[in-house]
Amino acid sequence: MSSAPMQLDAAEQALLDSLRAGDEAAYETLVRDFGGPMLAVTRRMLGNEDDARDALQDAFLSAFKAIDRFQGGSKLSTWLHRIAVNASLMKLRTKRRRSERSIEAMLPQYDESGHRVRDNDTWPTDGAIALQRQETRQQVRDAIDELPESYRTVLLLRDIEELNTKETADMLDVSESVVKTRLHRARLALRNLLAETFGTQAE
Amino acid sequence: MNCRECLDFLSDYRNGELPDEQRAVFETHLSKCPPCRDFLDSYCESIRMAKDCCCPDPDGPVPDKVPDALVNAILKARDASRDS
Ligand SMILES: [Zn+2]
Repeated sequence: MSSAPMQLDAAEQALLDSLRAGDEAAYETLVRDFGGPMLAVTRRMLGNEDDARDALQDAFLSAFKAIDRFQGGSKLSTWLHRIAVNASLMKLRTKRRRSERSIEAMLPQYDESGHRVRDNDTWPTDGAIALQRQETRQQVRDAIDELPESYRTVLLLRDIEELNTKETADMLDVSESVVKTRLHRARLALRNLLAETFGTQAE
Repeated sequence: MNCRECLDFLSDYRNGELPDEQRAVFETHLSKCPPCRDFLDSYCESIRMAKDCCCPDPDGPVPDKVPDALVNAILKARDASRDS
């Protein structure tokens, strides 16, 4: 058995011992004490309360099954965060899109001389678009959800969950250069979609 | 550097990962090209808006707490999965 350096504090170790001993109350404690931040993750990743709750349930069922194999090489909260991200990714994959627009159609277009074809490419970038409004938040979320799945996933992991390039690559089982390329294209596409929503044709 | 090439550097620039020499070339282009400056602004603004929109709604349910009904559903699902 590999002996990763233990990252657990005494309380986490005690909880883990109780879980492994099959103590029913310990399972409830795990959900109540660690579930909140995990629910925040599934909400951010999925943008929809029902899906977020489903994913949290999936995450805990995975965690319960895997608890015997947890080696204590990371903090318990870090391990659970990763499981919540994975459960969200699974959920995202099962949500079939009606008709996915290709990423190319969302990227900036250039003419033969290398000049960008002007789209609705300005909108107030001084924070004037108030995201306090539920309607506006939903418009932004819709734009994220419009991205093809492989791009949306990278954007969510890098820019929303703030995983680094390597962590994202490991989680998706792709190379770091693929993560970088997809992130850039996802951001460009999102910019275009937001410009379509909030933009005003430049004079 | 033309505007199209400039575009390829946006992501690394935004991430603070552009090597010094390339950053100097990129910033020189930006200083002479208002459309690319606007584009960079809106690129960064898009990332900020995405981040903001996914953060918990200040008027929404209390964050960082699993609703009781969901706690119970999870524990019940555990029982069900052990029976099967
Ligand atoms: Zn330019």
